[in-house]
Amino acid sequence: MRSVICFAALLLAVGPAGRPAIGQDTSTIDRGVRIGIIYRPGVRPGLVMLPRTGQGLDSVRAMVARDLDYSDRFEVITLPGGDSIRLATTTGPRRSSAGGTTATRGGTQSALNYPLYQALGADFALDITAAGDTTVATLHDIAAAGIRRSVRANLPRSSHPDFRQAVHRLADQALQAAIGTPGIAATRILFVKDGKVYQIDQDGADQKLVSSTDRQAMSPAWGADGRHFAYMEFQAGKGWLFLQEMATGKRTAVATTGSALDFTPAFSPDGQTLAFSRATEEGTDLYTINIKNNCCLRRLTVGRFSDNLSPTFSPDGQRIAFVSTRPGLPQIYVMAADGTDQQLFAPFDYGVTGSSNAPEWSPDGQSVAFHRDVAGTLQVFVLDVRTRTVRQLTSVGRNEDPTWAPDSRHLAFVSDRSGYRQLWIIDLDTGRIRPLLQQSGARLPAWSPRLSEATSSTP
Amino acid sequence: MKSVSLLLALGLGAAVFAAASCGGNPAPQPVTPNADSAAAAARARADSEAAAQAERDRQAAAERERVEQQRRADSLAALARSSEEVRTTLAAMIHFDLDKSNIRSDDMGSLDQKVAILQANPELRIRIGGHCDERGSDEYNLALGNRRAQSAKQYLVSHGIDASRIETQSWGEEKPLVDGHDESAWSQNRRDEFEVVSGGDNLRRP
Repeated sequence: MRSVICFAALLLAVGPAGRPAIGQDTSTIDRGVRIGIIYRPGVRPGLVMLPRTGQGLDSVRAMVARDLDYSDRFEVITLPGGDSIRLATTTGPRRSSAGGTTATRGGTQSALNYPLYQALGADFALDITAAGDTTVATLHDIAAAGIRRSVRANLPRSSHPDFRQAVHRLADQALQAAIGTPGIAATRILFVKDGKVYQIDQDGADQKLVSSTDRQAMSPAWGADGRHFAYMEFQAGKGWLFLQEMATGKRTAVATTGSALDFTPAFSPDGQTLAFSRATEEGTDLYTINIKNNCCLRRLTVGRFSDNLSPTFSPDGQRIAFVSTRPGLPQIYVMAADGTDQQLFAPFDYGVTGSSNAPEWSPDGQSVAFHRDVAGTLQVFVLDVRTRTVRQLTSVGRNEDPTWAPDSRHLAFVSDRSGYRQLWIIDLDTGRIRPLLQQSGARLPAWSPRLSEATSSTP
Repeated sequence: MKSVSLLLALGLGAAVFAAASCGGNPAPQPVTPNADSAAAAARARADSEAAAQAERDRQAAAERERVEQQRRADSLAALARSSEEVRTTLAAMIHFDLDKSNIRSDDMGSLDQKVAILQANPELRIRIGGHCDERGSDEYNLALGNRRAQSAKQYLVSHGIDASRIETQSWGEEKPLVDGHDESAWSQNRRDEFEVVSGGDNLRRP
């Protein structure tokens, strides 16, 4: 992918005229808002995926390579012409991959021509091989001229429903071995299409219907443990909130729901509380309910002449960012989780700045993503929580409803930049943008937390 | 003149002969039957007249019934027409400006008509559904649609309609009336819909 990235970098250097699907959105400055992304080419480590033939792991290798590419942490280098380079530089028989440990540190008996890979710009080389039933991912540290780590996994058969998630977990382990931070390969995204809730893997595979009724649904939201989600469903003219288990599809109505229009559910990080919006004759206000005991409705805002909606918890559970129309147009506010200390969060120019909606607090707590009306269309913004400054991430087409990946550097959002509304993913560090799926009408995405083995399995 | 006299003479002669044959030489045979016959004839005539009268009465009654039925049907049809007209007036939608929930002045007349209909039909209960166009935020539009439904309800309540007779709903942008991505479609989709919940079978004209 390096050649593609370089091409994008070249285009960006020339100007915004040839803006492709990847690359930063814009470079213009508007009204004191810093727009776009600072692209820093060359700072990412190079990673080469070692090709092999005849081992039957081509699909695993391709998936891992794509996961590592989509992590945007590496310059993934693809070698042309199969494994000829590798074969030409192999100095001896395959190194021993035996030994009971799941991870081996240090390269004792390397078979790689490290100087050659270094010359190609690689910092890491990943080799995926089979040892009996076990799949071994071996990460070579090129500069150190040795094996950084070997990760072993017993992958299920490729027809097994958990196969892809198991491969994604292997990719995340390889990524962690290389750079020491967890990846986002083993995650999923919930979204709404034609009134139904679907899930899809972050790499765009395995789309699956998770709605269990034919009623119109909106606003799916993940529980922090990734085992269940909440969503809103229209029923008899009311808005109902339901909790649904990912694994079983079993769902339960949230206490007190069904009497009014309840919408935009959001879990507290400890999973005890669900915050949501409730529209009544008085307008729309924020409430919380204890979902552990299904009791104890609590009202957080009293709007009277304004609406308060779309809550999102800070990752420490102490604060809730939300939308309020108290300044006239909807803007982003924040309060303590008990409803006290309500104040403006994302600054705006009164009478100038457009409506701001759909806030989501990043998992690292440092940012709140939202969308704002700019010149009659919507754009994705990010608020820096500490400095309370905002920057605009997008400018091509209409972009809305951002949702954070667990790494707090990727956002999925809805965009019509390709001509119809669908889901896209942007990396805030590189500005790289890719479509998640190629279907019209997908909206209201919600990115899962990291899914462990137990949670990723679905019937 | 001579021929006329002759005809007259012949005629008179015939009359004299006829009178002589009836009065002067009555046959005994036809006398008794003649009396009975006269009575029977009279009875028959009376019967026939009664029957005719009954027939006439029956026809008149049927006609009256038919007219009555026609009148009733016409009246019902008129009532149905009137009810349908009232229903149409009641269901007339009102529209909103972009991201606004205030009642536009050109919609107040429509709401005033609904007030009159609700006053003329005390059993009538209605539901107001607020809708938005696709341009706003999907979730915010649920709150905005709620505001739009509440605005219309507040107008009706402030004009004397009991609040308990009016339900409200919001559908946000989830149920567009018109598919399309231009101002024409958007302006039609920013609306309140009015539907009958109960008491709408025979709506009286205000």
